[in-house]
Amino acid sequence: MKSAVIVFPGSNREGDVVRALRMAGSDIQKVWHAETELPKGTDLVVLPGGFSYGDYLRCGAIAGRATVMDAVRAHAARGGLVLGICNGFQILCESGLLPGILMRNANLRFICHRQFLKVERNDTPFTKAYAQGQAIDVCVAHGEGNYTADEETLKRLEGEGLVAFRYSDAHGHVTADANRNGSMNSIAGIYSEKLNVLGMMPHPENLVEDLVGGTDGRGLFESLVSFAKAA
Amino acid sequence: MIRNDVAITPELVKEHGLKPDEYDRFVQLIGRTPTLTELGIVSAMWNEHCSYKSSRIHLRGLPTKAPWVIQGPGENAGVIDIGDGLACIFKMESHNHPSFIEPYQGAATGVGGILRDVFTMGARPIASLNFLRFGEPDHPKTPHLVSGVVAGIGGYGNSFGVPTVGGSVGFHPRYNGNILVNAMAVGLARTDEIFYAKATGVGNPIVYLGSKTGRDGIHGATMASAEFDDASEEKRPTVQVGDPFAEKLLLEACLELMKSGAVIAIQDMGAAGLTSSAVEMGAKGNLGIELDLDKVPCREEGMTAYEMMLSESQERMLMVLKPGMEQQAEAIFHKWGLDFAVIGKTTDTLRFVIKHEGEVKADLPIKELGDEAPVYDRPWVESPRQPVIAPGSVKAPMTEAEALLKLVGSPDQCSKRWVWEQYDYLILGNTVQTPGGDAAIVRVEDGPKGLALTTDVTPRYCEADPFEGGKQAVAEAWRNITAVGGLPLAITDNLNFASPERPESMGQFVGCIKGIGEACGALDFPVVSGNVSLYNETNGQGILPTPAIGGVGLLDDVTVNASVAFKRNEDAIILIGATQGWLGQSIYLRDICGREEGAPPPVDLVHEKRNGDFVRQLIRSGQVDTVHDCSDGGLALALAEMAMAGNIGAMITAYPENLPLHAFLFGEDQGRYVIAVDADVAADILYEAGAIGVPAVVLGVTGGSSLILPGEQAISVKELKAAHEAWLPDYMAGKA
Repeated sequence: MKSAVIVFPGSNREGDVVRALRMAGSDIQKVWHAETELPKGTDLVVLPGGFSYGDYLRCGAIAGRATVMDAVRAHAARGGLVLGICNGFQILCESGLLPGILMRNANLRFICHRQFLKVERNDTPFTKAYAQGQAIDVCVAHGEGNYTADEETLKRLEGEGLVAFRYSDAHGHVTADANRNGSMNSIAGIYSEKLNVLGMMPHPENLVEDLVGGTDGRGLFESLVSFAKAA
Repeated sequence: MIRNDVAITPELVKEHGLKPDEYDRFVQLIGRTPTLTELGIVSAMWNEHCSYKSSRIHLRGLPTKAPWVIQGPGENAGVIDIGDGLACIFKMESHNHPSFIEPYQGAATGVGGILRDVFTMGARPIASLNFLRFGEPDHPKTPHLVSGVVAGIGGYGNSFGVPTVGGSVGFHPRYNGNILVNAMAVGLARTDEIFYAKATGVGNPIVYLGSKTGRDGIHGATMASAEFDDASEEKRPTVQVGDPFAEKLLLEACLELMKSGAVIAIQDMGAAGLTSSAVEMGAKGNLGIELDLDKVPCREEGMTAYEMMLSESQERMLMVLKPGMEQQAEAIFHKWGLDFAVIGKTTDTLRFVIKHEGEVKADLPIKELGDEAPVYDRPWVESPRQPVIAPGSVKAPMTEAEALLKLVGSPDQCSKRWVWEQYDYLILGNTVQTPGGDAAIVRVEDGPKGLALTTDVTPRYCEADPFEGGKQAVAEAWRNITAVGGLPLAITDNLNFASPERPESMGQFVGCIKGIGEACGALDFPVVSGNVSLYNETNGQGILPTPAIGGVGLLDDVTVNASVAFKRNEDAIILIGATQGWLGQSIYLRDICGREEGAPPPVDLVHEKRNGDFVRQLIRSGQVDTVHDCSDGGLALALAEMAMAGNIGAMITAYPENLPLHAFLFGEDQGRYVIAVDADVAADILYEAGAIGVPAVVLGVTGGSSLILPGEQAISVKELKAAHEAWLPDYMAGKA
């Protein structure tokens, strides 16, 4: 698999996702935000975590309009895989690739902690390595992760099975306590209609080694690599 | 001749924080009346913050050398060799005064400043820590300050992209008018790619890099060198504003430029901005510096030479480049969207010459600005000795179980989760031990090595006995690193004290320094960088003497480490180290008996080293993976923290007959560790300990869901955790 990791000024978790992809067996190329094209043969585009352009405006608002994003939109329109994590999810929402928006956390503070997610479905390129309904132990680190959308959008996401992950307890129960940022319907990540674009607030890339907290995040990257191989 | 438009009156001199005799010395040095710009420059260089004029003669006594020390105090940060061609570069610095006036920006720029100190030397920052002290919880300002400082530290570090992995938070009425915000940064560089501030070569270009210069922070360093009064909030305009995004770009651009081989010398513009950075580069290299301020990128129009020289705008750097490499360097900075301007050159005149709008605004001898700063041997008196409190003389006002439950939920001992969850402690994917343990552990690159990091001091000990308190601060940092399996290598010290002009507080400073020096020497734990913050007082009320110690240790194999959490049922619990039941200055005496008094526990450095070396060897040989040192709250609090972290209870059955139980459980005797091991190997460990004279005794066994102290009602771990986790969130929500 060939992954292109987009680097915006202010991206800061690109190294973390590069490590996770490398461990899963992907080739990786970093792509600077001012580029107009993706490397030839790119299977997966990754928008990493961070504070693109400082995020002094709405998070992801400037990055969503960066030069490189035209190429990313074209890649997605061709059915190419796109993964946006944290700031990357915010950028996907701002770029029109995913619906809704990430508001400030309900407690108005940045929060960094371990977090269980319920895997809603395991028939997508991102989640084949997991079981449906499995609770995976990853982490969050964000100030604006409160997923918000209008009623119609929510209805469509739920009706078409486009919710990827929900905040849950260790047993996969979706509880109010587990939803610390206040997201609607406890949504932690969503897919595009064709299931080729995934945006998520939590960081699977930080849970890929036993020494550093655990390995529940690996499944996502392994799913992507095996999907690309099969394709 | 230099034109002099502004009359230099005694009032103007006083406003610049210079004493009349200091001003006279300056006039004598330059042989004429200074210009306003020159007065500004000397006030920036000769204030306490930049010149160390009250502390310098005492700091000379600190041990700063070891075979692994590459660079001791005097540069932007200290540098130690950690093997494999890698160096660890680290320093801690205070931002107390600005944080009290404007907590978010004060704390944020404190983090920004210390990160810059580290990457100025060529290191990529890999971890950040902090040491925070606030006033009493009931003080009306405290919640606002806690909220702003924590958000500011998080806001800067999270965006910059460095994990904030450790720290210390505490409360005391003596910080009501003067909080402490000390930030520590740790970075990695190759030992052959370290950059220094010393300029070389005549006629080389001096380059300004980073953000533009504005009017923020003018006289910041002078403010940091004065005591506070009720009007201090009027000083808000002197607090700088941080831009972590610009700093992140500056980091990437600087590291890229350093790789290109264009950099001869580099200095960040921190306290006293352009003045201090330019003077230091020239003075260290025995060179003159000539600057043309017309070339300085400014954010505001009409800035005067005086304002540009004293601005403390953030995220700026000064470099001396190899001639002919300007274009290459400029291209790198423009790629990152940062300003780049050649603003001057090195000269052979040893003069510091400032030109603006075709006129010379300052022409000063550069060496003397630094070297001839006043040095004071200020009068000091030794702190009065406190009586030793006999364990038997302290009556227990409640049961031990009640006391423990109260302590785990008290402001100083409660969980600081509310604080550290606002810091991204997981970014970079190398955090092996997260906040909440004895020391944080971060993996070095992809391993196998790791660094153990901690910040420590017990201010009430320092107040009661500066010498023993200074020793204890170093010993505790050493102990915390040891408790996770690290070999302690070096420290950075952040010496927060009250006014040096009062002999009592000067005496505290002198005593603490002696204690720090003694412990550093005995434990092979040299000081490689540091910062002195004096005048921490408001309306004549000084802070507790608080020499915060930032310690760094090395794990050769980061996968072999220990943590505080109980991990298995039926492990034997062993106490390492001797217990006399020392209650003087203990948390028990203060928070349970309402008495903050007595002599603090002495630190026997020989025992300290022997006990610690023993514990570290147990961890490194794979025999022990569960260790916690005994500090505030003594043995009982250590046990409770181990139970809470592991969700496993314990039954304590053994205790000495000759001590009151509360003195045994809550005494703060030093040099002690609690370990938990497979019951089968406990006897071996006791035997090994006995063979080298390390006191070791089995106290009980892990298991169950409650902590059971001898003869006491069981306390469920759930109940302990509820009390431990509740206080700070409730307090910040206005409920406690």
